[in-house]
Amino acid sequence: MTIKLGVPSKGRLMEKTFEWFSARGIQLARAGSEREYAGVVEGIDGVSLVLLSAGEIPRELAAGRIHFGVTGTDLVHEKLPLWEQSVISVAELGFGHADLILAVPHVWTDVDTLHDLDAVAAAFRKVHGRRLRIATKYHRLVREFLRGAGVADYALVDSQGATEGTVANETAEMIADITSTGETLRANHLKILGDGMILRSQATLWKSRTAAVDAAERQTLDALLARLG
Amino acid sequence: MPTRAQTNAKASVLRAEFERQGAQSVEPPILQPAETLLDLYGEDIRARAYVTSDSLLGEQMLRPDFTVPVVQMHMAHGADPARYTYAGEVFRRQERDPSRASEYVQVGYEVFERDNPADSDAEVFALIAASLGDLPVRAVTGDIGVLMAVVHGLNTTQIRKDALMRHIWRPRRFRALLEQYAGRKPVSAVRKALLAGEYTSDAPFVGARRQHEIDARIEALRVDAAAPPVSEKELDLVGALLKVSAPMPDALAQLHDLSVDLPAIVPAVARVAERKEALKKRGIDVNSLMFDANYGRTSMEYYDGFVFGFRATTRPDLPPLATGGRYDALTRRLGGGHEIPAVGGVMRPGLMLELEEDQ
Repeated sequence: MTIKLGVPSKGRLMEKTFEWFSARGIQLARAGSEREYAGVVEGIDGVSLVLLSAGEIPRELAAGRIHFGVTGTDLVHEKLPLWEQSVISVAELGFGHADLILAVPHVWTDVDTLHDLDAVAAAFRKVHGRRLRIATKYHRLVREFLRGAGVADYALVDSQGATEGTVANETAEMIADITSTGETLRANHLKILGDGMILRSQATLWKSRTAAVDAAERQTLDALLARLG
Repeated sequence: MPTRAQTNAKASVLRAEFERQGAQSVEPPILQPAETLLDLYGEDIRARAYVTSDSLLGEQMLRPDFTVPVVQMHMAHGADPARYTYAGEVFRRQERDPSRASEYVQVGYEVFERDNPADSDAEVFALIAASLGDLPVRAVTGDIGVLMAVVHGLNTTQIRKDALMRHIWRPRRFRALLEQYAGRKPVSAVRKALLAGEYTSDAPFVGARRQHEIDARIEALRVDAAAPPVSEKELDLVGALLKVSAPMPDALAQLHDLSVDLPAIVPAVARVAERKEALKKRGIDVNSLMFDANYGRTSMEYYDGFVFGFRATTRPDLPPLATGGRYDALTRRLGGGHEIPAVGGVMRPGLMLELEEDQ
């Protein structure tokens, strides 16, 4: 059997991951055509490449179906409760930087901090008869962060994409989303809350704590770790 | 570990005893409309309850407790006074501690009665204490009403009091707000500019929050900036009150001392004293019964008076074997214009059996 390495199946994240491994003498590539989700590994024996959606890599790691996986800190923290018990961070890869932040309409001149947000959420509920809505796909992280900060009277609404647009479309009053440059936020007339940084994320190589290994696999695993360290 | 059948048998025995005390047995459905619970607890409940959806009924929750459905049922068509008992499973998501049960059996006893609340408090407490029998447990009591009274009595603006009241159940936030109102936190440059009318935005309006709401908040901020800070003396008194944690007689003496400087808490402290007497009449050893002013502040936020819990002295790893308290405000929120003083408590027969096996 082989040591399974899960890598995002498309886009910049995949290419950068391939480059990162290549710099360490391990060539990863897609087999066959652009559309085929099979991979080849050169430069080390006993390792196989599994191409997956970045969002599924945390689950596969926790289930022990892959030994290593590359995905963002944000996805691991969001999707795996008690993530420390199922995965270990092996290396931060230095790309895919993204911050999970809270953003409110730029015209809210009276809101700069979480304290303001809490006060405004209480007032909003009184005026509108419902809770202030925060659009996000990071439900767990946002909820835990706001609980820690003591912010109440909000409601999370699910948004799996184009989250910055939900405010203009009036399906939410504010958002919690990842941003790298903040340009999309500005274009949608939103600003970041000063103390609303929920998580700094980047592409990270994770090792599963649960994936089983036999003696041969253990050797491969150690060899791989030595190359990457 | 006790089997499910053993736990259910134990639950039946406990419930039968509560029925003998005059309680009517009720069986609220397991599926509860999520909206009511979300409205009461906010998003936090999603982290603690299982949510499921139904295309006809909408979002539903597996009942995280019995109190809310029992109050709803009582407010809709209950007798006055009334006593209820129930036994059944509750469901709690455990995201942080996998050793905690995500489904377990509760047996409860709830009293809806207008006369003599101190005696109703004592009735519930004494009944649960008796049901726990000889198990090695230790009770802690508290009173959220004392804390609310101290906030009411603060010499400061209503807006500040309302904000503190909203966060009674979030101790860290409560503390941060108090310190801010005491002028211990510096005002940011951008906030100074806003109050001076020098910070504006030319971005277009997006979302449902309107200009008049922003104006109202800025006005409230100006009023707040002009209001005198909460005095150091008051801050110290609140701090001292929150530190009260002693056997009943000693705790009451401390509360009496504090009420000299905090006259607003006098009626609430009198209720603690009345309850002590009522508990004594029902055979509780009040001289060793703990009173902790902070107790109950981090639980589900509907208790607004007496609160109590029983923990195993030999097994600090176990959750409380029984908890309860007074929730007058909950009957108001769910009562559609009506209200009735109410107090209740729940026990966990599964944990009781586990502790018995240890013995």
